[in-house]
Amino acid sequence: MNPYESPIREALINGEDTTYGKITDDIVRNTEGTPPKSWMIAFALASITALFGVFCLGYTVWKGIGVWGLNKTVDWAWDITNFVWWIGIGHAGTLISAVLLLFRQKWRTGINRAAEAMTIFAVVCAGLFPVFHMGRVWMAFFIFPYPNTRGPLWVNFNSPLLWDVFAISTYFTVSVLFWYSGLMPDFATIRDRAKTARRKMIYNVLSFGWIGSAKQWQRFESLSLVLAGLSTPLVLSVHTIVSFDFATSVVPGWHTTIFPPYFVAGAIFSGFAMVQTLMLITRKLFSLQNYITVAHLESMNKVIVLTGSIVGVAYITELVIAWYSGYLYEQYAFYNRALGPYKWAYISMMTCNVISPQVFWFKKIRRSVFYSFLLSIFVNIGMWFERFVIIVTSLHRDFLPSSWNYFTPTWVDAGLYIGTIGIFFTLFLLFARTFPVIAIAEVKSIFSTSAVSAKKKMADPQDFSDVHSHSHDHGHGAHAVVHHDKNFNEQ
Amino acid sequence: MSATSTESNKFIIGIYDHEEKLLKAIKHIRSKGIEIHDALSPFPVHGIDPVLGLKDTRLHTAGFFFGMTGTLTALSVITFISKFNYPLIVGGKPFWALPAYIPVTFELTVLFASVGMVTTYLIRNKLWPGHVPRIFDKRTTDDKFALTFAIDHRSSADIEQIKSALGETGASEINTKEFKDTDEPLN
Repeated sequence: MNPYESPIREALINGEDTTYGKITDDIVRNTEGTPPKSWMIAFALASITALFGVFCLGYTVWKGIGVWGLNKTVDWAWDITNFVWWIGIGHAGTLISAVLLLFRQKWRTGINRAAEAMTIFAVVCAGLFPVFHMGRVWMAFFIFPYPNTRGPLWVNFNSPLLWDVFAISTYFTVSVLFWYSGLMPDFATIRDRAKTARRKMIYNVLSFGWIGSAKQWQRFESLSLVLAGLSTPLVLSVHTIVSFDFATSVVPGWHTTIFPPYFVAGAIFSGFAMVQTLMLITRKLFSLQNYITVAHLESMNKVIVLTGSIVGVAYITELVIAWYSGYLYEQYAFYNRALGPYKWAYISMMTCNVISPQVFWFKKIRRSVFYSFLLSIFVNIGMWFERFVIIVTSLHRDFLPSSWNYFTPTWVDAGLYIGTIGIFFTLFLLFARTFPVIAIAEVKSIFSTSAVSAKKKMADPQDFSDVHSHSHDHGHGAHAVVHHDKNFNEQ
Repeated sequence: MSATSTESNKFIIGIYDHEEKLLKAIKHIRSKGIEIHDALSPFPVHGIDPVLGLKDTRLHTAGFFFGMTGTLTALSVITFISKFNYPLIVGGKPFWALPAYIPVTFELTVLFASVGMVTTYLIRNKLWPGHVPRIFDKRTTDDKFALTFAIDHRSSADIEQIKSALGETGASEINTKEFKDTDEPLN
């Protein structure tokens, strides 16, 4: 990392008087003392919703899958919609922590910790749906290939559903490892400022006994880089394989070669929207406006408008290719999707995903906290409808008109969906309260280049020479910036 | 120089306020031929490895071999199952249908590489739940940078030389600390 950064590049750590010590104070403060009242209220609401979700899960297992709204034609509906929605949300966390690390985007440091946590909690919620759709959940381990007394009876390695088992479980494991390896140094920071013996003990256990020696950091950086390199193709493979669940079938509307890139773009799109929602809540709840700055929000909005446009292009491409294919059933699937009985869902999807994010072309809106929040909610809704539209509209008019059917969800369907939102927010709020919600060490590592207070020093040669005791034998003032650049290159 | 030596119990600890000062100090002190026990910092200091004379880590090489193990495990297990133990006709395709095995093979490669690397990382870095480390200075995980010197077997002249080198390079504090056992309680 070059210690010099152009002063015209926007700062990523605000606050005139920020120092390393203040970064620690500001971030760790949220784990100390009594939580703010707003947190208590949010936590109570989330956990009540989560409990209702758990009740619905129990009810499903007790009564059977019949309590869902599925029928003989639409045998996949809200369950798989929710699954794909949650998995997609998870993708932004990995994108921020891995892909942006490879691209050396410094703005990832302010949001990567919470985004990775979001990934893990989203994958937990996603996993619930296919597992509970199996019916007899206690036999869920049948999906793994292991030697058994039933034959041996193995799983089918040609099936995308099995690929999904491997993709999702690997994705979950690697995300947890990546997240936790970054958390250890920050837990050590909390440990070393803990006041009580119990707190010290707990955070020492969580930190695995980290001290921050040179060799530990060297291995830490090597590990982060390789895990980022592994996670990048991994995250692309996961949603590619999720799209294979549909694309390898022979159902018109699903049997589409465009699905893998289209699903990946959609996943990043919806994931960034959820990161945006969570970050706006977190920075408000814990007063972290100096670390999750408007510059961070703007960067995320840029990703949202880009991926939203990719998704828009994919929607149009699908329609054009269906027309161009000359294949009657494919044409009907798309005609029915846009103008059939689920027209309302299609219109919601198009409005929320394609049209509304286009306002982010305007800088004022991109940098507005209010509009960022509003549009992130729109995108979350739109992306849920996208999965619903793809899944239900392709199924509900079967090849035989006598099998045509309409899907209506039951209260259990709705309860499960809302319940997972509750589970997600319960986990996230617990995380935000007890864990360092911003990667302390990583924010410090960009401090000397990207903080407002450090940038001010950089522009002032007098202050600067205090730290870097180079002999200043040439120009001050107007040439200051060029001059420092040169000095740094010498080091 | 070793990251966590258990042989020494007495240390001199020089505290610095800024990573640039720390880097300069390391250069200066090493040029005098003084052996540095360790450098502690709240975040990875860029460019510290060559200055300290640390060898490059071989963790990524280990990662490669773990990954290869995953690839071979996946391919051999799937081949055994699909070709020999439980041949099943799926859509009239050959029993051994390699393209269909790429996703699972890829996932297992990533899984083995990650789990293997993280395990190696934890063992080599002496990190496990419940491990109680030697804490030289509590502030090194907050806003201070520290250089430590093992002084059990050093003469008082050597110790004076270390202290003066620390003073010359702008250390804000020079402390001494003695650890009683190998397992110190958190203080």
